[in-house]
Amino acid sequence: MKTETRHEQFEAPSVLGTFLRKLHIDIPLFIGLLLACLLSLIILYSAGSQDMDVLIRQSGRVGLAFFLMILLAHIDPYQFKRYATILFSMGILLLIAVLIMGQISMGAQRWLDLGIFRFQPSEMIKLTTPMMIAWYLAEYSMPPKAKQLFIASILIIIPTLLIAKQPDLGTALLVASSGAGVLFFAGLSWWIMGGIVAFLAALTPIIWHFMHDYQKARVLTLLNPEADPLGRGYHIIQSKIAIGSGGIYGKGWLGSTQSELEFLPESSTDFIFAVFAEEFGLLGCLGLLILYLLIIARCMYIASQAQDTFSRLLASSLAFTFFVYVFVNIGMVIGILPVVGVPLPLISYGGTSIVTLLAGFGILMSIHTHKKFR
Amino acid sequence: MVNLYAIKDHILERNLFVRRIVSAFIVISLLTTGLIVRLMYLQIVGHEHYSSLAKDNSIKIVPLVPTRGMIYDRHGKVLAENTPSYSLEIIPEQVTDIDDTLHRLQTLLDVSDEEIVQYQKLRKRQKRFVSSPLLLSMNDEQLAKFAVARPYFPGVDIHRQLVRHYPYGDLAAHVVGYVGRINEAEMKELPIAEYRGSSHIGKLGIELSYENDLHGKTGYAEIETNVQARLLNTLNEVNPQPGSNLYLTLDIDLQKTAYDALAGFNGAVVAVDLKTGGVLVFVSRPGFDPNPFVMGISNDDYEALQSNENQPLYNRALRGLYPPGSTVKPFVALAGLEYEAITADQKLFCPGYYQLPGVTHKYRDWKKGGHGAVDMNQAITESCDVYFYRLAATLGIDNMVSFMQKFGFGEKTGIDLVGEKTGLLPTREWKREKKNQAWYPGETLITGIGQGYLQVTPIQLAKAIAGLANQGKIITPFLVDKVVSAQGTFPGAAFNYHNVTVKTEDVNSVIAGMVNVVHSARGTAKGINKNISYQIAGKTGTAQVLGIKQNAKYDEDSIDFKYRDHALFVSFAPVDDPKIAVVVIAENGGHGGSVAAPIAGQVIKQYLEGNHEN
Repeated sequence: MKTETRHEQFEAPSVLGTFLRKLHIDIPLFIGLLLACLLSLIILYSAGSQDMDVLIRQSGRVGLAFFLMILLAHIDPYQFKRYATILFSMGILLLIAVLIMGQISMGAQRWLDLGIFRFQPSEMIKLTTPMMIAWYLAEYSMPPKAKQLFIASILIIIPTLLIAKQPDLGTALLVASSGAGVLFFAGLSWWIMGGIVAFLAALTPIIWHFMHDYQKARVLTLLNPEADPLGRGYHIIQSKIAIGSGGIYGKGWLGSTQSELEFLPESSTDFIFAVFAEEFGLLGCLGLLILYLLIIARCMYIASQAQDTFSRLLASSLAFTFFVYVFVNIGMVIGILPVVGVPLPLISYGGTSIVTLLAGFGILMSIHTHKKFR
Repeated sequence: MVNLYAIKDHILERNLFVRRIVSAFIVISLLTTGLIVRLMYLQIVGHEHYSSLAKDNSIKIVPLVPTRGMIYDRHGKVLAENTPSYSLEIIPEQVTDIDDTLHRLQTLLDVSDEEIVQYQKLRKRQKRFVSSPLLLSMNDEQLAKFAVARPYFPGVDIHRQLVRHYPYGDLAAHVVGYVGRINEAEMKELPIAEYRGSSHIGKLGIELSYENDLHGKTGYAEIETNVQARLLNTLNEVNPQPGSNLYLTLDIDLQKTAYDALAGFNGAVVAVDLKTGGVLVFVSRPGFDPNPFVMGISNDDYEALQSNENQPLYNRALRGLYPPGSTVKPFVALAGLEYEAITADQKLFCPGYYQLPGVTHKYRDWKKGGHGAVDMNQAITESCDVYFYRLAATLGIDNMVSFMQKFGFGEKTGIDLVGEKTGLLPTREWKREKKNQAWYPGETLITGIGQGYLQVTPIQLAKAIAGLANQGKIITPFLVDKVVSAQGTFPGAAFNYHNVTVKTEDVNSVIAGMVNVVHSARGTAKGINKNISYQIAGKTGTAQVLGIKQNAKYDEDSIDFKYRDHALFVSFAPVDDPKIAVVVIAENGGHGGSVAAPIAGQVIKQYLEGNHEN
């Protein structure tokens, strides 16, 4: 142990550098995340009718999430690999428990009440699924063979279906893409990917058949929002008006009229991007997208520098899932994807999503700051 | 494993991975470009269009909420209504000195400091021309005082809204249920357009089961507002359609009689109109007051209800599972006759206990020393256990169960309330599946006297006894008789029934025994035959809460109240022209004959002799 520390000091002579390495924080990533969270509070103040209570509550959650991130950054990635199967199986069991409880109370249920707080097993699954797939594939040489692909697909499909059954389409989508991300980065052949896309396209009518009525309605609404202006089309029409009226430069902070006048529903949660676009315009949107891209780029860099297959696959998949978050939310708010319940990462109001997201970044930092040799 | 020998090519894998990272980043950049293109389309090309739409958003569509339908009993007495509640609201813009106004209101109307603080918070969050409430519900005194002083308070006004109210409170809470604020989970499943503007939804009972009928259809008004959302003009209105009124088969006066008669016990009383199958009485005791749930019950009060050991929130009539005890004997007797396992006149000897061949265990009769030789009529009258042990042994579990199933044991009755339990009618297959054990002959015996695994709900028992009274016509019980809307009057619950083929003479033999339960000197419920001009057929039952050891004696006085036996009574009357069936379960009541039967007697008496025409 002692020799290792001395070795590190030779490598990074600056006091600050040593200190930060001991904290296991990746500075570029940390700054990016901090910026995004500050931006979130600024926009929430406007979207939440300038209610200080909202800000205070969200700050508390962000603080908790950052704490959890740093905590996870201190755990050696080897431990994630070691406990991947156990964590994954636990998550699956909890999902089943939630489903059964939901059936008892005759309604949709996503959380387990732990007394102090409500815990959503589907959030835990967002992290443990890529961990599990990465653990499984890392045993073999890349790219994975047909048999490994088959088993990995089963491991992805189980949690996805359990969550879709809750029903929580948005989270199911994120879990599926986190697993698919691992497969992609493991070197899944482009031909197979093309085949899967074709297969899914053929499967669409069957999926349609199994969707809930309200989920079907959301897809139909996307195709023609004007058909039902008082009902389901309302969200999309109002959010497009808010974004479009923002123009290039926006109406300025606190200048949103659409959310102010309560035309725009869910303006603090899933549709917060519309408020952002209205107030900060196209330039603000570009800025936000660039910030997201920088965060993703840093994560990809961390993945490329990782030292073993497990870390590489996990890191890259987490980065990829973060992008899916961004893309699905903004795509839905600007009316090119159906309305699924996915919040804008790091920005939307709410505790569960930010805690899981930052926990993921904590794992990334852990991967980057626990290198055995340089 | 092959992989033990396959050497990982680290350089190759790394290169493959980096290539993938690069392609991923290219895909991500392309998709982001897609988002940007779309944003440019909306914010540059469409800017003018959407800006004018944003201004046109001055035409706002406001939902007009329908009035919720009322719920009445069979005689038109109101069980759920919408009562006006008055709130005191202030429009800050129209008030010259808000602090002075608040101060004067505080002294005039006795407003608490807390309410003032609450209002100030609310006011700061809202636009100056928006009316926000200082007092949510004003009492009569406050209303009168303010009405007089109104000219001195410009910008302050009384607003009227409708709040759901249940005049009978705890008496019918388990039937009528209650409404409460729509929660997040419900919001997701509800049709958005239909519920825009609605704040409440049925949470329990009829309010839940008939939500669609009661809610009505939301209308809307197109109103013109200016940029600050000030109302200028109403352009177009589509009126809401009020919810339908429901008329129940329930008789609230009879319900009250049953509820009061059961006082002192937890339990249930269910009475059914034998002519229609409609439920007349549906009592679950203790009840609870549904009114606090409407505006949101406080956490402490809810906690208190939940942790109350008598479980007032538990709907015993619908969901309570009880061993039926001796109340199943009429059905076992009928099964015996139908399967020709016995004849009505055949006598069986009862020495006070019964032993299976080759087993030392004694299945005891409730009467020490036994009943001697008894025929079916006597066996039912005196509730002889040994007679039914022997009959059950002859019949066998399979015949017994398949016969009882026809009377609705072990399945939901199909009543129009959400949350019904199925009860349990044990079979060989069930035991094999659930306990992974074979069925023991001894279990057949105790099933024959309504103990063991057998479990019924009060509503199930009522359906079964009504079917017996109706000579095998099993009617699905229901609560909603009529649905009355502007479009007309429609039937409530669907009327369903099926017939069990039984011989009239067999049913009459069983009923004759049940008549003697009440009207003979040896009957277990003879206490209720005084001063009545009609005949009641009944059967008492006692359900064990505590298992009794082989040689121990059950001594009521020395036993804790909560371990005392449940008292049951099933009945119908008049025997020559059956009109009403009544089931009573008094938890820890001890004896069916002395506790449960008088309650049923009161309900029957009021129904048959009372002032009501039907």
